[in-house]
Amino acid sequence: MAKPIGIATEPAHKTLSGIPIEPVYTPADVAGLEIPPPGEFPYTRGIHESMYQGKLWTMRQFSGFATPEETNRRYLYLLSQGQTGLSVAFDLPTLMGYDADHATSQGEVGKCGVSISSLEDMEILFRGIPLGDVTVSMTINSPAPVIWAMYLAVAEKQGVDWSRLSGTLQNDILKEYIAQKEYIYPPRPSMRLVTDVIEYSTQHVPRFNPISISGYHIREAGSTAVQELAFTLRDGMEYVEWGVARGLPVDSFAPRLSFFLNSHNDFFEEIAKFRAARKIWAEVMRDRYGAKDERSWKLRTHAQTAGCSLTWQQPYNNIVRTAVQALAAVLGGTQSLHTNSLDEAYALPSEHAVTIALRTQQVIAYESGVPDVPDPLGGSYFVERLTAEMEKRALEYVRRIDAMGGMIPAIERGFPQTEIANASYEYQHSIETGEQKIVGVNAFVEHSEDPIEVLEIDASAQAHQLEKLARLKSRRDNAKVQKCLDALRDAARGSENTMPFILDAVRAYATVGEICDAFREVFGVYTETSVL
Amino acid sequence: MDPRIRVLVAKPGLDGHDRGAKVIARALRDAGMEVIYTGLRQTPEMIVNAALQEDVQVIGLSILSGAHNAIVPRMMDLLREKGMDDVLVLVGGIIPDEDAAELKKLGVAAVFQPGASLEAIVDFIRCSVKQTA
Repeated sequence: MAKPIGIATEPAHKTLSGIPIEPVYTPADVAGLEIPPPGEFPYTRGIHESMYQGKLWTMRQFSGFATPEETNRRYLYLLSQGQTGLSVAFDLPTLMGYDADHATSQGEVGKCGVSISSLEDMEILFRGIPLGDVTVSMTINSPAPVIWAMYLAVAEKQGVDWSRLSGTLQNDILKEYIAQKEYIYPPRPSMRLVTDVIEYSTQHVPRFNPISISGYHIREAGSTAVQELAFTLRDGMEYVEWGVARGLPVDSFAPRLSFFLNSHNDFFEEIAKFRAARKIWAEVMRDRYGAKDERSWKLRTHAQTAGCSLTWQQPYNNIVRTAVQALAAVLGGTQSLHTNSLDEAYALPSEHAVTIALRTQQVIAYESGVPDVPDPLGGSYFVERLTAEMEKRALEYVRRIDAMGGMIPAIERGFPQTEIANASYEYQHSIETGEQKIVGVNAFVEHSEDPIEVLEIDASAQAHQLEKLARLKSRRDNAKVQKCLDALRDAARGSENTMPFILDAVRAYATVGEICDAFREVFGVYTETSVL
Repeated sequence: MDPRIRVLVAKPGLDGHDRGAKVIARALRDAGMEVIYTGLRQTPEMIVNAALQEDVQVIGLSILSGAHNAIVPRMMDLLREKGMDDVLVLVGGIIPDEDAAELKKLGVAAVFQPGASLEAIVDFIRCSVKQTA
C-alpha cells in the first residue's frame, strides 16, 4: 500500500470559495438572522412547505450519444429503471449550429452527445416516448429556439397538445460567453432570440421552462461557489430585464424561469449556496423588479454533481464524491438532480456506470431518511452563518456588475471571465502545492490501477447520420425550405418574434445548420477576446 | 535572442471548454516560457500557421471532445509538409490510452491525461526542448 504523503493534520480554515471558517459556531453567529420556515418568503429554507415529504426531487440523468436511434434506446432503458425525467445531451456540431455534414463537424458527430440535424432526427430520438407524460430537459443554447421548435413539432406529430408539454430548455446564452463558450451570434441578437423563446413559451407552451439559468458551467470553468452564485443570479436578472423591456409583465414569465446549479465538494458551502440563491432571488424579484406573484419569487433549480471534481485516478472514488455532492444538493433543496458517473473523466458514461449514479440518488431518496424533514439543517449556526456570508459576497459582485452597466458590458470587458480564470488557476495551484487535497491525485496515490470499462462511441455514427441527412435533403420539398428560410431571414432583420418562422422552417425539414446559417447571415458571428 | 522557450497553446475543434488550456498557458508563463494562446475553434491549418509565424518550439493542443483522432493526424501531416518536424507537439485532454499510443506513433511527443500535474508538463517541455536545442 502506498504511504500517505503530506497529509496535513491541521483542519482547513476556509471554504473552497475562501470564506474563513471559525473553530466553532455558536448562537452568536445567527443572532439577528431571520429564518422563516420552508415555503415562506424569502424561501431560504426551501420553496415548498413540505419539501420532499410531498414529492421527491426529479431524478434526471443527462444523456445522449452517437445517433438518435442509440440515444432513444438509452432513454427507454433509463425510464424502465425508474428515472423520472429525460435530459438530452447534444453533440458539439448540434450545439454550435452545424449539421452532421458540415466540414467542421468531422470527427465530432455523436461524440459528446446525440447528433441532431433535422426534425427527422428528433422524431427518432423521442420514438415511443409520449411527450405529454414525460418531462424533458434539453441542454442547448445558441440553437435553442431551433431545437425547441423541433420538439414542439414532434409533439404535434404525436398529437400532444402544447399545453401538456413540460420540461426545460437551457437557452442560457450569457453563461456561454462567460464560461462554456458555445455561442454563435453576438450577445445582443442572442439575447433577442432567448427573449423570443421566453415570450413564445409564455403565450403557447405555458408549462415549459423556456430557460435554465445556469451556474453549473460557470463552476465547471473554475469559478468559486460565490462566483457561481453571483454570476448566475446576475444573468437571471439580465433575462428578467430583457423580458420586461420586451413589454412582458414580469409576473407573466418570471414563474417559469428555472435555474441549474453545481454541487461540488465543499459540503456545507454548497448547501449554503442553494439556500442563499433562493433568498437573493426572492428579494430581487420582489423588490428590484416588483413581481407580485409568489411564484415569481421562488427559485426552482436543477442540480448536477461536479463533473470537474471527478478524477481519472482511482475512478471508483468518484462514486463516493458524487454521493456526497448529491447529498449536498438534496439538503440544499434542489428540485431535480443529475448524478455523474464514475467513468466520466474517461468518456461518456457506460450504462453500468450510469445505473450506479442513478442508484446513488435512489439510496439517498429511499434509504437515508434525509427527505423526511424539510431543510433539516435550518437553524444550524454554521449553515445559517455561511448562507448569510455567501449572500453578502454574491451581492457585492452583483453591485460591481450593475456598476458596469449590466452583464453584457461586464462580459464584453471580460470581467466574469477574468474572475473565473483567476479562481481556476488558484484552485489548480492549491492542488499542485498539496494545500488542497484530492484523494488519489495528490494524496493516497496508488501507482498501479486496474483499468475500467469505458464506453466507446461507434465510429459508424457519423456515416449513419450523413447518409440519413443526404436522403432527407433529396426527399424534402427544397423550394419550400428555401421559402421558409427567406421568411426567417426577413423576420430576423425585423423585430417580430422569430419562433413562428423557425417552426415553419423545421416543419419543412430545414436543418439546424440551415436555420442557424440564416441567423448568421443577419446577426453575424461572435469571436471573443481570450482572457488568460 | 530571447532564451525563453516559445509555446503555442491551441484549442482545436468545436469544443469551448478552455479551462485546461488557460490553466496550462498560465502555468507555462509562470515557469518563464513565452506563451501564445490561439483562442477557441482553431483548425489544424490555423494552428500550424500560427506556430510558423510565432516561431514556436512547442505546440500544446487541448482536446476534450474526443475529436483528437480527426484533428491530430491532420496537424502532424501539415507540420511535416511545412518542414516543421522539429516542433515538439503535446496533447492534453480526455485521450484514451489506446489513442494516446496511436498519437505517439504519429510523432506526438507526449500525451497528458486528466490528473497530470502542471509540474510534470513544465518539466517535460524543459527537458525535451533542451535536448533538441
